[in-house]
Parts: sequence; C-alpha cells; structure tokens
Amino acid sequence: MPRSALVTMAASRRSVLRGMALGGLALGSGGLLAACGGDDGGGGSSGSGTTVKFGINEAKGSGPAYDRLAAMAAAYTKETDTKVDLNAVDHNTFQESVNTYLQGTPDDVFTWFAGFRMAQFAEAGLITDLSDVWPIDGMNDSFKEASTAPDGKQYFVPKDYYPWAVFYRKSIFEKNGWTAPETKDDLMSLMDDMQGKGITPFAFGDKQGWPAMGTFDILNMRLNGFDFHMSLMAGDEQWDGDEVKLVFETWKTLLPYHQEDPLGRNWEEAATSMGNGECGMYLLGTFVADAVADVADDLDFFTFPELDSSIGADALDAPIDGFCVAAGGQNQEAGKAMAKWLGSAAAADAANSGADVPFIAANSGASTSSYSALQKKSAEVVGAAANIAQFMDRDTNADFANTVMVPSIQDFLKNPDDIDGITSSIQEQAASIFG
Amino acid sequence: MTTTEEVRRAAQDVGPPPQRREKKLSPRDRLVVAGMLLVPIVLVVWLVWLPALGSVVLSFGKWNGFGDLDTIEWVGTQNYEDIATIYPPFWPAIQHNLIWLAFLFMFPTVLGMLLAVVLDREMRGSRFYQTAFYMPVVLSVALIGFIWQLFYSRDQGLINQVFNTQVDWYGDPDVNLWAVLVATAWRHTGYIMLIYLAGLKGVDASLREAAAVDGASEVRTFFHVIFPVMRPINMVVVVIVVIESLRAFDIVWVINKGRNGLELIGALVGQNVIGEATRYGFGSALAVIMMLISSVFITIYLRNVFREERQG
Repeated sequence: MPRSALVTMAASRRSVLRGMALGGLALGSGGLLAACGGDDGGGGSSGSGTTVKFGINEAKGSGPAYDRLAAMAAAYTKETDTKVDLNAVDHNTFQESVNTYLQGTPDDVFTWFAGFRMAQFAEAGLITDLSDVWPIDGMNDSFKEASTAPDGKQYFVPKDYYPWAVFYRKSIFEKNGWTAPETKDDLMSLMDDMQGKGITPFAFGDKQGWPAMGTFDILNMRLNGFDFHMSLMAGDEQWDGDEVKLVFETWKTLLPYHQEDPLGRNWEEAATSMGNGECGMYLLGTFVADAVADVADDLDFFTFPELDSSIGADALDAPIDGFCVAAGGQNQEAGKAMAKWLGSAAAADAANSGADVPFIAANSGASTSSYSALQKKSAEVVGAAANIAQFMDRDTNADFANTVMVPSIQDFLKNPDDIDGITSSIQEQAASIFG
Repeated sequence: MTTTEEVRRAAQDVGPPPQRREKKLSPRDRLVVAGMLLVPIVLVVWLVWLPALGSVVLSFGKWNGFGDLDTIEWVGTQNYEDIATIYPPFWPAIQHNLIWLAFLFMFPTVLGMLLAVVLDREMRGSRFYQTAFYMPVVLSVALIGFIWQLFYSRDQGLINQVFNTQVDWYGDPDVNLWAVLVATAWRHTGYIMLIYLAGLKGVDASLREAAAVDGASEVRTFFHVIFPVMRPINMVVVVIVVIESLRAFDIVWVINKGRNGLELIGALVGQNVIGEATRYGFGSALAVIMMLISSVFITIYLRNVFREERQG
C-alpha cells in the first residue's frame, strides 16, 4: 500500500481540526519555529566536523514521513561526518508560519514544495540559488523544470512526488470487461456503459474545496495544453477567455457522469463510494488508497485520456516535495552540499529503508524494491510524462487559489450554466490580485 | 412603570445630588492608583488598540507578508471597493451573520430561558437534565462540527439513513446554513440556560412569595416580577448572543472553511489571512468592516449601561 509521503499530504489537507487549533497560533508561531533552531551551529563550510541545520515539516513521531527524513539526516551524518541539527515541526504549523520563519533565522536546509510556492520565495530572495547544484544524477528534465523559478535558475531539489490519476478497482473493470480509455470516445462509451449498469462513472467530492481543482487542471492540460495551463496559473492569461470557457463547458458535459451534490461530500466519502463499487472511477492523488485501505490491493489507475488529439495526454499533476536552502541560513555552503546529497539516489534509499512505508523517489536511480504495485506504476507513469504540473494550489498564487478559485469552482458546480458569470468574476478578482 | 420614571425624573430636576466631599489622597495612595491605572492602560493600548489600529492601516495596503513593512503597496480604498464590488462571498456573509443573530435570539435563547425556568422549579432529576443540556457547551466547537457531520453526511449520515432521504445537509447552499444553525443552537441553548439559571437562583424568594400571596399566576409572576428583576442578566444574555453571532466562525470553518452557503465575515477574514493565503491588506479590510459592525452593537450596549448607571 502506498502509505508514503502521500499519507502526510492527505493528512495535511485533511486535518481541518488541527488546522483550526493551529490557525490561531499561525501569526505568532513564526518566532517559535525559528527559536527551535537553537544557536549558531558553528562556522566553516561543508565536510567533516561542521553542523548543518535541517528544518523539516514533520513532527517527531508523526509516522513514516518523519522516519524517512530522520533517516536521511542520519545517513548524511554517517556519510560525510557533517552533524545535522534536526528541527522537526508539525506539518501545518510549518506551512502556515513559513513566511516568518524564512524572514527570521531559518535553518540552512528546509523541506518545501516545487512550483509557485518555491518560485515566490525565489522572487522574494528568501531562498538560495541552487543552479550550481544541478544537474543531479538521476533527475530527469521534468524534475529540473519543476525546480526552476521564472528567472531560469533552480532553487529546489526534489525528493518525492505522487501523481493524480483516475483510480478504479481492477476486479470491477475485469468483471465488466472494461479497459482503461485512451481517447475521448473510449471514455464516453465507458461512462455510458457504466451508467447503463447502474454505476456512477466518476466519484466526486469537493467539500474541502481543493479536490475539484484536480479536475480543472487535467481538463485544462488536455484541452489547452501544458504551456497554456502554466501561463494561466502564473496570471498571464485571461480567465474569461475562450480557453477557460472551453474547460468549464467540457466539464459541464462531464458533470452528469459525476456523483451528484459534490459540495457536501469530502474526498474520503467519495473514495468510499468508489471503493464499495457504487462509482466506477475517481480522479484523485494516490493518497486515495488511504481512504479505501481494505480494497487498496485491488486498485489500479490510468492517466486521464486525451481529449484533443493535437494536444495528447502527456501532462499530469504530480506534486513534488523536496528541499530548499534558506537565504537566511548561517551556513550556505554546507546547506547546498546537503541539498545536493538529499537529491541523490543514496538519500532516497536511506529514507526508504529507514521507514515502514516508502515514498516514490524523484531520483530515478533509487531502488524501487520496497515499492507497492501502485507506487511502481506511479513511477513509470510520471517518468513517461513529458510535463509535470504541481496542482493548482501549488502552481498559482496561494491567495488566488484559496480565496478565488475554491469558491469559484464551487459556484460552477452549484450552477454549471453560469459559465460566463463565473469566468468574468474570476478574471476581475485575478486582475486585482495579480495586479 | 411610567409613574416611577416620572418621579425619578422630577427628583433629578429638583437639583443635582449632593456632591461627595473630595478626599485628598496621600502620595503613596496616588502612586498606587496611578500604577493600577497605568498597567491596564498600557496593556489595553498595546494588546487592543494598537493591533486594531494596525488592522485599519493595513487595510489600505496590499501586502503578502514578504519583506519589511516598506514593501507594502498602498492602494487607498481599493480593498474596500473590491470587497463591495467583485468579491462574491462578501454580501452573502453579511446576510448570514444577520440571519445568525436573528436565529440565535429567536430560538435557542428563548428555549434556553424556558429550560432555565423549568429547571429552576427543582423537579425530580433536574440536576441530570441540567448536566445533559449543558454538555454540548463543554465540547469544543470543532468536535460539535464533527458530531453533526455524523448526522448530516449525505451518503453515510444518520438523518438520511433513517428517513431514507437524499438531502445534502452540509453541501446544499440553501439548506446548510440552517443545518449549521441547528448544530449551533444545540450548544447555545445550554449556554444561555446555565447563565439564566444562575440568575434565577439569585432572585429574592420573597418576591415570588409576595406575588403568590397577591394571587398572581406562575406565568404572570414570571413576566411581571421575575423578568424585570432579572434585567442585568437579560442584558448579559443579549450581549452574549450578539457577540456569539458576530464572531461566529469556528463551526463553519470546521465544516467547509466558510464557503458555499456558509460564508461568514469571520470566516472570510480567516480565508484571507490564515494558512496559505496571505492577503493581509484585503483580510484586514474585512476585519475592519467586522469591527465597525460590532462597534454599532457595543455602542448601543454601552449607552444603555451608562444610562442605567446614571439613573441608578
């Protein structure tokens, strides 16, 4: 079962309760976070005897995700004789106070996400240019691209990832003689067949607000291409243009094949209805397996089929987690050296052998022997993808994603006929936010 | 009522009440008084007025929290204009806060008072009922949101299972506000009940006896004797209900972060400044609007209190 980093990702989004409790602390906790770092660990650059401070977004004892990072730190000390000073912080707290953390006295190396979230820190000068760390053995071009900020330099070292794809139960597909669709026609006839047999083709829930972003992303990438998608996310395209309207129009034609009333259903409930066979498929990240653990061995997936043959189906959402070096860190050289090592196959192997559940390593040289079947397939699919997007809330301005896109997509799901009104409202707000 | 009022006013017309003789304080007393005033004033200014003014100042800027304060881009009233014109959740949020206020007054508050009166009669098992009704107040709101989720879930919830319905209680924007209000009322009723019960226990028993001797019925006694005597408690209840409904936030935040039919001003502030979104200027503008609305109620309340003090 792929209870890897995905578990923590899922949990981070899911744990509303924790988020609530911490919400109140968010503004104040930056100081706390920085304070955990302790004193200056000593000068010098890299190599034997130095100390590098390593800030990680997993609290001690929070499960495999922490174990993997701790194993990486231990292996680094063993290999290079560099002492690693671990600063372990709860996942949500870390995320919510990262602004103040980076502007205070941050650790040298810290865990972070690729995409806009990395790029905005690069633009603000809060993270260090890592272009001399690249290329990294075993990291292909799509990972390098995901580590690159708009100024063309790399600021990030990937660790692991998980893809978004269409999940289904193998046994149900076999019983009905269904196969994974490759074209729009295949998909339509598969969905019609499912409906004929009383099965809702797509499970769907958007109570939390972010799951439906995955549907928007994939439709936009299939209909308008990866480059348009990324430039739309960067705020360089019109949200009320024909391209975005086409995405919503297509989505509207697909909605009758989705579960009704998505706004009251969280993704866990939607996953359950796919798990118990009420629904045939579910477009979600691989963390879907966590919600249907009892049938996880029966799960398989395919990437969303092509909708426009001139564009194809070689792009997908696969959020990448990894490391940055803080510009405010005391020991830049040691930080860079460690970041480079963290991207290596050896680091990934150390992490995966140090925990019960492996992650899917970004480095293609990493051993896959401990992977589950789903993880092996994930690695294949992502390795074959020409372009990797990070998911809407990581690819665009977080303000825009959270305060504009979440309610707007929900409005669309409530009222799919008002595409013109919704897209023009998004454009007005985008213009105000992106300035 | 009118006669006592007139008498009182007449008494005031006659002349000001005799001034108390001014007492000279010893230097040491002065120091103590100064210290006792200064410490709270510093705390209030530091912890209340400065942050409030800071929010007002921030609300005229655009800032994502990166860099120093000089990176704030001053945009005048643009945040306020955007809120009123192109920010779709704002007007629904105002409306929902008002509905929240009206609902809390009409149902749970009245019900809580009724329960208090009934429980005050010391019937058998009143302690048990008291505890049972008060239980939800002890639970955290986050937990309450979760407990009701078990009832309201569209596919797996108790209500839809028992009645074999397909109502999307938390997801349908026409229904979910009311569903949440019921969950809130569940908690609010117990809260009001306890406060009111405490007040009732403090009512002088001789008043009831006098009313009983005069042959007043139970209902009449309550409305004409007990209720007026309880004026301070009633005022507290009013204030609590107003505050609770204006700052309502946690339960909708737990359910869906205050979106899709559950927009509340407090939740909108949260969406813009807590967590990953960092629209500090925009969020502050929303907070200032919330502050202005609250100050209307606070002003009314304070005027009431001061008038009473002057009269009393």
